[in-house]
Amino acid sequence: MTQAMEVKTLRIDGVDVSARADQTILEAARENNIAIPTLCHLDGLSDVGACRLCLVEVAGTNRLFPSCVTRVEEGMQITTSTDRLQKYRRMTLELLFAERNHVCSVCVSNGACELQALGQSQGLTHIEFPYRFPQLPVDASHERFTLDHNRCILCTRCVRVCGEIEGAHTWDVMGRGEKARVITDLDQPWGTSESCTSCGKCVEVCPTGALFDKSDVGTRARKHPEFLTYLNEMRGGQS
Amino acid sequence: MISVEELDQIAETVRTERAQGRHQINVCVAAGCLALHSDTLKGALAERAQSSGISCQVRGVGCMGLCSAGPLVSVEPGAILFQKVKPEDADRVLDSLKAPPAKQHTDLRQTPFFKRQFNVVLENSGKIDPENIDEYIAEGGYRALFHALIEMTPAEVVQEVASSGLRGRGGGGYPTGLKWGTVAKAHGTIKYVICNADEGDPGAFMDRSVLESDPHRVLEGMTIAAYAVGASKGYIYVRAEYPLAVKRLERAIREARRLGFLGSKICGTTFEFDIEIRIGAGAFVCGEETALIASIEGMRGTPQPRPPYPAQSGLWEKPTLINNVETFANVPPIVRRSGAWYSAMGTPKSKGTKVFALTGQVKNTGLIEVPMGVTLREIVFDIGGGMPEGRKFKAVQTGGPSGGCIPEQCLDTRVDYESLKEVGSIMGSGGMIVIDDTSCMVNVARYFMEFCMSESCGKCIPCRAGTAQMYDILQRITRGQAGERDLELLIDLCDMVSATSLCGLGQTAPNPVISTLRYFKQEYLEHIHAKRCVAGECRMAATQAARS
Repeated sequence: MTQAMEVKTLRIDGVDVSARADQTILEAARENNIAIPTLCHLDGLSDVGACRLCLVEVAGTNRLFPSCVTRVEEGMQITTSTDRLQKYRRMTLELLFAERNHVCSVCVSNGACELQALGQSQGLTHIEFPYRFPQLPVDASHERFTLDHNRCILCTRCVRVCGEIEGAHTWDVMGRGEKARVITDLDQPWGTSESCTSCGKCVEVCPTGALFDKSDVGTRARKHPEFLTYLNEMRGGQS
Repeated sequence: MISVEELDQIAETVRTERAQGRHQINVCVAAGCLALHSDTLKGALAERAQSSGISCQVRGVGCMGLCSAGPLVSVEPGAILFQKVKPEDADRVLDSLKAPPAKQHTDLRQTPFFKRQFNVVLENSGKIDPENIDEYIAEGGYRALFHALIEMTPAEVVQEVASSGLRGRGGGGYPTGLKWGTVAKAHGTIKYVICNADEGDPGAFMDRSVLESDPHRVLEGMTIAAYAVGASKGYIYVRAEYPLAVKRLERAIREARRLGFLGSKICGTTFEFDIEIRIGAGAFVCGEETALIASIEGMRGTPQPRPPYPAQSGLWEKPTLINNVETFANVPPIVRRSGAWYSAMGTPKSKGTKVFALTGQVKNTGLIEVPMGVTLREIVFDIGGGMPEGRKFKAVQTGGPSGGCIPEQCLDTRVDYESLKEVGSIMGSGGMIVIDDTSCMVNVARYFMEFCMSESCGKCIPCRAGTAQMYDILQRITRGQAGERDLELLIDLCDMVSATSLCGLGQTAPNPVISTLRYFKQEYLEHIHAKRCVAGECRMAATQAARS
């Protein structure tokens, strides 16, 4: 980086921080050890602003801003955790839990699930909304991996890692609204996919038990998203 | 390249033909009347006229507005309007050419439905043949384009539009001149102009009607916009459900290219601009500008967080001007007559006129155009003619699934962006549905929530899962299966979904619930506590009904 980048100073949760002009509020906050919950965001992938968990308040407006896609501005006064934000975050998580069939006790990712961890960290004690219990299929046609739509939260990390990092673009989303779901190729069984390289990146970035390695079941349910930072570094230092 | 003189010549030819004393029989061939076989009627009229040796011209024209009385036929000169004309009525219509019209043909144009309207956008609708560019030219068409390109700088065009006070007619109400100025100032040599014709609100057909009745007006408006902002390529994103509009647009684009209003060296200047049509695939959310842009790019039509706004980085990451059909349709008269002329109409903050699709439980349904500032009461009771016999007015719904229901006590609200917002609704794109006492307001809210739920793209959680939960709750209320706690959850969800959703669809999806709760909370409570639906529309669960 030869060009000098402008630096902005702002205040997050009462702490004065400085950030490069091209940084997001989320990046600036995390650099300063201020935690903002996220789900669709993953360091190393493009941001989509879809899960709405990272919404923060900015002084002077009633609007909420997704910190993962909002750039820092000079003099911004940001609050990352208020009663209102916490209520919305809990409701968002509740909506997710009630949307599909999330049953932690029988899930391969129990104990290693970002949704579960967020539920715990955000103080979710119960789900008030009735579970919707949709009937959803499981695709176990791939020789090594399984896709369980019941546990998918449509964060699209798999879609992005496959397109942006692996370059295969096996994954995509089809359907609208509650009927939306991730698909491989043109909604063909994963095992018959001609574009899938079986690299397993999608499995490693999946925050829940929607994508899992068959050999891990009962033995090693931990995911390793940290490979991405390493890989990007090795490829030329993009963060 | 056509010159102004040649333009005059075309207009003169059309006018001479008309002045030859031949009568003109205009048959509406817009979608509403066409669905009632007005094309067969047009054929029958032409055939009867020929076989009985009557010298007249039978033409297809665009929408005349009073769709509930279709198929409509007008006779010029004389300005007689015939309603509900069948092919066997051909002789009756032709007879009126010989003698003064018989009494049964009361001139509908003198009724409040027409007299209370003021036409700017619809000035040519129902008067010209939408498939003939010469007729548009005869009504002064493409003069504004010449005027802008030859006598004005791009900055002056932006200034003129800004001074008109025109605001986005898609519903947002963002000042059009300001948007044009932003795109004009944006850096970059490649810019785009997009016309949003993905009209999707239930009960709304303003844009379709304009495209079917007067397509050149939109092309002219877009071309002037392109000149003002420095774009050389335009797209019209029109939904696939409007095949007639697409057909007429395609024809209009071909004719405009032939006469040099599109393409290179437009009007003999160095200005270049061309328009392509892009057809939507049936997603409501593609009316949201960032989703629309994604769809044109060939990607899944899902909204993106803004900023960046399309004005800075839109189609293929280039500065993009995106306006609605009606907004562009307002541009030619503004440039032709002046911004001051336009801003003389309307209220201090909302200038000009607005087209509404008036539907629902009202006598006269159809397409209307009124100056900003008229009251809802005037629209519903004067233009609309009030309720059908024996029905009682309950509410008027504006703004589609993003809008709200306005009750009787607010009927004197003036039609402008701010006033409608104050009473809990929005201007929206122009859908206006009149609701009477046979409709249950909880059910109305349930209907719109079902619409939002199935049209949510599924990208962000509040809209995807929140609308589904809200729909479930409303469903339970209308079935008499809900309790007090459900209502609290519903209210919480309204707040959360509108505050946290990514795009306008989710942010406004709770509006029909919020506004019906504001004015008709009693109906909600009766459903919940007494298991009773005052309108008699909801069927309560059997066990519950037996108990009450």
